[in-house]
Amino acid sequence: MQNNSADFKRQVTIKLADVRLQEALSHLQTRFVEGRSAVIGEIHDLQKTRNAAAEIRDRVLNDLEHWLLYFEQQATKRGAIVHWAETGADVNRIVAEIAVGHGVRSAVKSKSMVSEECGLNEALERAGVEVMETDLGEYILQIAHEAPSHIVAPVVHKNKEEISDLFAKTHRLPRKTGIAELCREAREILRPAFLNADMGISGANFLIAETGSTLIVTNEGNGRLVTTLPRVHVAITGIEKVVPTLEDASTLLRLLPRSATGQSITNYVSVLTGTKDKNDHEGPEHFHIILLDNGRSRLLGGEMQDMLRCIRCGACMNHCPVYQNIGGHAYGWVYPGPMGSILTPLLGGMENAPDLPNASTLCGACAVVCPVKIPLPDLLRKLREKQMQLGMKSRQETLLLRAWAWLALHPGIYGMTTGIAVRLMRLLGGEKKLLHSLPGARGWSGGRDFPAPQGMTFRELYRQGKRL
Amino acid sequence: MNARDKILGRIARTACAESGEEIAAYLAQHPRGPLPPPPENLLAHFAERALKLSSDILETSERAEVPAMLARYLQQNSLPMRGVCWPSLTNLPWRQAGLDMQPRPANGHDLVGVTGTFCAIAETGTLLLLGGEQTPATTSLLPETHVAIVDPTRIVATMEDAWDLLRREFKQPPRSVNFISGPSRTADIEQTVTLGAHGPYRVLLILAPA
Repeated sequence: MQNNSADFKRQVTIKLADVRLQEALSHLQTRFVEGRSAVIGEIHDLQKTRNAAAEIRDRVLNDLEHWLLYFEQQATKRGAIVHWAETGADVNRIVAEIAVGHGVRSAVKSKSMVSEECGLNEALERAGVEVMETDLGEYILQIAHEAPSHIVAPVVHKNKEEISDLFAKTHRLPRKTGIAELCREAREILRPAFLNADMGISGANFLIAETGSTLIVTNEGNGRLVTTLPRVHVAITGIEKVVPTLEDASTLLRLLPRSATGQSITNYVSVLTGTKDKNDHEGPEHFHIILLDNGRSRLLGGEMQDMLRCIRCGACMNHCPVYQNIGGHAYGWVYPGPMGSILTPLLGGMENAPDLPNASTLCGACAVVCPVKIPLPDLLRKLREKQMQLGMKSRQETLLLRAWAWLALHPGIYGMTTGIAVRLMRLLGGEKKLLHSLPGARGWSGGRDFPAPQGMTFRELYRQGKRL
Repeated sequence: MNARDKILGRIARTACAESGEEIAAYLAQHPRGPLPPPPENLLAHFAERALKLSSDILETSERAEVPAMLARYLQQNSLPMRGVCWPSLTNLPWRQAGLDMQPRPANGHDLVGVTGTFCAIAETGTLLLLGGEQTPATTSLLPETHVAIVDPTRIVATMEDAWDLLRREFKQPPRSVNFISGPSRTADIEQTVTLGAHGPYRVLLILAPA
């Protein structure tokens, strides 16, 4: 997928003014934020479980070479073929080769964010393979020619009416208005595609080293259909997705659906190992697993390694006040919200996403809800420091920060300057006690007034011995 | 150098925390993480959780009663009296109950699919089904109604207990191991949960001893 993260600021203005998007985003907050809080307490000892989950992910990341090789060995033993891909373009090439090699003309796909990194669908269509997305949300996006705006609820930015219009236009059937009817229509349109496809493409939530299995969590059943009916199955995932054992996967499964959609468990959890046995009536004859790096290995052993613990639940974006107001498209690439603000510059280049590390109030909600305890605000702060070192900040911002740093090192002058500034702002605030514009921060005051400071400064209060 | 060597080469430069023996020991022990407290009554807990997932539940003490019980359920819900069942379930008296259950994998047109269950997990009200020649996965997937016969003595407390049972009874996991937790659903449109996406619209559990 093309990276448009550099256009972030302009997109934010557009998204904030988009009334339909704002309405759609309110659903996300009620269903996902309240949904999570309703079931997360079912976990007997949440903090202990989160610690255990983080430990499982760290165990693998600290010895990733070993765990990947073990997984490869076990998967190969059961008849799977493991491929390694440096970039998204390599994934596309490998999948196209597999398709050509097995004479594949049509493919059905369940949701995979890693395949979105690659822009796989376009590449396969260029290779002459007809690809159909089968996750309801991804299917809607495919026929609308749009990108996902959330990693779990990809079509959260669209309302029912837009989907009704789209279905009526694309399917040439009478326009349906009920959500259940729309789902029924998509089921009936997609059923023949499942039954006739030569190849199924899926992601993998986890790779289980112990058994060489891929594990996928789904609700709609399309993930099961895609991996059961076609004669070729291709699973695409990132190299960081390995977990050691079935027990470790279970610990993570207690957290993943609860954090993602507020479900105690997803409808289906499928553990898929190898190809079909000779007596089986179903299951793929060929099973290919593609492991994508795309910049991930560079993060190992460095100060950003914790980001690789991520299990893609989306809780950080659901709880992020920035995401809640602008939605996912503004972020410009596959991964939005706090995790996306970190992953996008790390995987796609700092220079291509200059605003994302700053698109956070650092309120800390993301770190509180992260099931694998990724210190997201700390990582965002580290990226901001890196931007400073790389000279990516504007001249104005650099000067302001330098001036502030100098002042902070000279407490006497700091007190005097801030004292004067406070009085000046109070004076300018007038009767309404509001400032309409702030010099040097007109972007901020363009959309809101700044309340003028009231009463004494902290230093004055402190000198008087007052405690708040 | 191919992609595999390049990727592994970059990864290998980072520190190794555990020795080969430590990793082998970890795999051999497959330690459990923090578990939910064991329920007082496995069956009651399982049933409570399964109902929450929108599954229907019936219970009988006689396995031979299952077909008649299913026939009544299908009639009450205006569902067809025919479908497919796992080949391993052909010995039940389907015909006597007025049911036409074909012992074959489901195709896209079958409306009712009857399966057994490898075990059930009380923690979440989940069924665990293993795919195989006698136990095709499509039976629980393609039809609009999935009926699962659950042996109450094979309800375990946690996912971890289920893995132990699997390890005891099989050398290695079969090709497909599926957790099933109620009818398929989607909330992609306006985050509104709708039952019946690409899989079954309804799941009926019949608790009956083996």
